[in-house]
Order: sequence, then C-alpha cells, then structure tokens
Amino acid sequence: MTYLDNAATSWPKPEVVVDAMSHFLREVGANPGRAAHRRANESGRIVYEAREAIATLFNAPDPMRVLFSANVTQALNLAIKGLLEPGDHVVTSAIEHNAVMRPLRALEEQGVRLTVVRCSAQGCLNPVDLRAAIRDDTRLIVLNYASNVVGTLQPVAEVGRIAQRHGVPLLVDAAQAAGALPIDMQAEGIDLLAFTGHKGLYGPMGTGGLVVAPDFDLDRLRPLLQGGTGSRSEQEVQPTFAPDKYESGTLNVVGLAGLLAGVRWVQAQGVDALHGREVALTQRLIEGLLRTEGCEVYGPLDAEVQTATVSFNLRGLDCGEVGLRLDQEYGIMCRVGLHCSPAAHRTIGTFPNGTVRFGMGAMNTLEDVERALEAVQALAGESS
Amino acid sequence: MSESEYSVILVQSTSHALRGEKVLERAGVACKLIPVPRMLASDCGACLRVARADREAAGEALRAARVAIEGLHDI
Repeated sequence: MTYLDNAATSWPKPEVVVDAMSHFLREVGANPGRAAHRRANESGRIVYEAREAIATLFNAPDPMRVLFSANVTQALNLAIKGLLEPGDHVVTSAIEHNAVMRPLRALEEQGVRLTVVRCSAQGCLNPVDLRAAIRDDTRLIVLNYASNVVGTLQPVAEVGRIAQRHGVPLLVDAAQAAGALPIDMQAEGIDLLAFTGHKGLYGPMGTGGLVVAPDFDLDRLRPLLQGGTGSRSEQEVQPTFAPDKYESGTLNVVGLAGLLAGVRWVQAQGVDALHGREVALTQRLIEGLLRTEGCEVYGPLDAEVQTATVSFNLRGLDCGEVGLRLDQEYGIMCRVGLHCSPAAHRTIGTFPNGTVRFGMGAMNTLEDVERALEAVQALAGESS
Repeated sequence: MSESEYSVILVQSTSHALRGEKVLERAGVACKLIPVPRMLASDCGACLRVARADREAAGEALRAARVAIEGLHDI
C-alpha cells in the first residue's frame, strides 16, 4: 500500500503523536482553563505548550496570539469575516482553495468587493499584478502560501512588503506549507497566518488556528463565536483579550496534545531536512511523469519552487478512473478531481475535469515514488 | 510587617496564568497555579501564587514578558 494523499491529510502520524493523544485521554483528560486542579492545569499546560510551539515554528513573538480552531477553514473564516465589512475591498489570487473563495464569495453577496488576481498557468501570482489590484478601500489581501492542487509556492515575502507599504493586512493560508517549508511571519510580513494541524504538522484532524502578528490591532478582528472561556465569568459579554476572545467553548485538547507532539516531531527532524527529502522525492516524481507517454503534468515542474504535491492527467483517461485503478489494482491512494479548488483548476486549465494529485509527505520513500511511477506508466501504456 | 507568606498575581485568564507559570519557571521564580481566591475576584480561572519574598521578582519577570498583571495581593 502506498499512501500519496498527504496533501489532504498526512498519514501515518509519528508514533509520538499517537502516544501523546493516548496519554492525554488516559492520564490527563481534564478541561483546561475551567478549574485549577492538577489535571486541569496539566491540560492547560498542554494547550499553552502547543501555542508556544506554533509561535516558535512560525517566528511569531506572542504565543497568546495563537488562536486555536478546528481547522484552517475556521481560521480563514475568522480572519475574513472578522475583518471585512460591506463596502470593503479585498484582493485574492486565482489559485485559492474554496476555504478562501467560499467565505469571500459569501461576503461579496453582502457588499464586500472582491478582486481575484490572475495567476500564470503554473499557478504563480505576479506581485506586480497584485499591487495593481490594491485600492484605497482595500482592507485585506488573502493568499495561499502553496497551492493544494499543483504545489506552487507564492511570492509571499514580496507580497508582504507590498501589503506593508500600502498598510493592508496580509492573510496567508498556510494549509499546504506549514511544517513543509520554513515560514517566518516577521521576515515575510505576514499579519495573519491560518494553519491546519493535520497535514505538514503531523497532528490529528480537528486542529488548526490563526496566528496574529503582535502589532495587529485585535479590536479590528471580531470573533465568530461567543461563549464560555473560563475567564471573566462574572461578565455576560465576551472577553476582549486574546486568546479567550476567539476561543469560546472547550478546546480540542486531545487534538492539541497530538498537534504539540507533531510540531515537536517536525522541529526535531528539522523543517529544512524534511523539505530537502521532499524536494528529492518530488523531483524524481516529476521527472518520471514527464517521461511517461501521454502524461500531462501541471504546475512549476520544479521541486525547488513547489511543495511535494504534483497534479497530472493521462491522455484519454478520466482522472476518476485513474484514481480508482491506482487504488484497486496498485494499492496507491491519491486524490482526483477538483480538490475543492475550482479557481485553481481554471487557472491551470483543468476545469471541470480535474487532475490526479499525488501528495507526498515525510513518511514517503523513494520506493513509494518508484512504485507509483510504475503504476502510472502501466496505465498510460494501456491507454496509448 | 504583614504576616502573609504568599502573594497572588491575578492575570487575564487561565491561558495567561499558564504563560505566566512558564515565564516564572524560566526566571527561576517558584510559583503555583491556584484557583483565583473568591475574596479577590469573582473569576473561575487560575492565578499565580508566589512566595511573598519573590513578589517583586515575579512582577518584573511577568512585565518583561508582557503578561498583563491585573492584581497583586498578599494573602
């Protein structure tokens, strides 16, 4: 069996992640921040350590501005809906996931004005085009760090400089990049970073969050939910300070215990080392696909400027059929179709049919790539 | 001269108390997370208890780490 669906969720998880979650459920178990007995404190410490680990990973100075959510979609919704009001203008790219596009389109119906900046057929945004889209009433720029369809890395640092020069906050969707590439919020000028825990951070599903830069004014960011926080209990109005303002209701602490273990695992391996391994696998995969008769490969076709996610199609074959046969006949698990990203598929020219996507991760080996290539070559040989 | 042995440091929430605990640990100040005493606040969260002798050092370390102190009481 070869698991190549890491762009959807990484698997298998490191053993330390499974152990940390089991330890929490067996030995800790209490609600953090709702009492101050020993188990509640231990639970709270896990949450705090997870904040600190995330802040360190992204070079964000204030761990209290790591706002946990159930996934990157919730974090993006918080940033987008918490900041924008009718009449505001927002700029995004034509390679975004629906986790960005759908909240933006929903707000558009309420009077938010949206500019979608085109990208190259390889999925890359030109910062010059982005700069040209900024207006006096632009209140937010939303950009992914890496495409979930073709892995293309965006020029985030350059966009960050443009955003700062124009005084517009930059929200980055790091779903595909967090853990897979070094991200430095301060150096890259990222005001708001939305991440998920279950991909390159090797935590479980149900974890994610929004990291907010220290100079960003939190009075501008409305919470999506109100409720119990364990703080200011005498008041019936929401606390005004982070993280409580944005974390109503009991957190997924068992998940955060796993996320903490995952982030520590990533840091112990080293983001650069993990990235280097993935570059080698990606380069081999791209070379092998390009040599396959009838195979069209999308994206930058250069492992140095993309993540370990590669999209392709085989001439004459529906991507759904390719995915089914890879699974049933070769034990290769991948994702086909539109990958929740119609905009990205329009940009690379594969809408509405979609692509076959191989997403590699830290647990994949060169043997996995060779096995996948053999299977693709066999399928391509049959159809040609 | 007060007879109290401890000082209690109130912060915004349990999240901040946990951050405070880490900050004090790094600063070499012994502390304990305790429920906020009812006589000091009506909150249901945790606060930091330090030896009274460490009161100033604790306050300084927390301020340096930008942990907002909402109250400092000898108990």
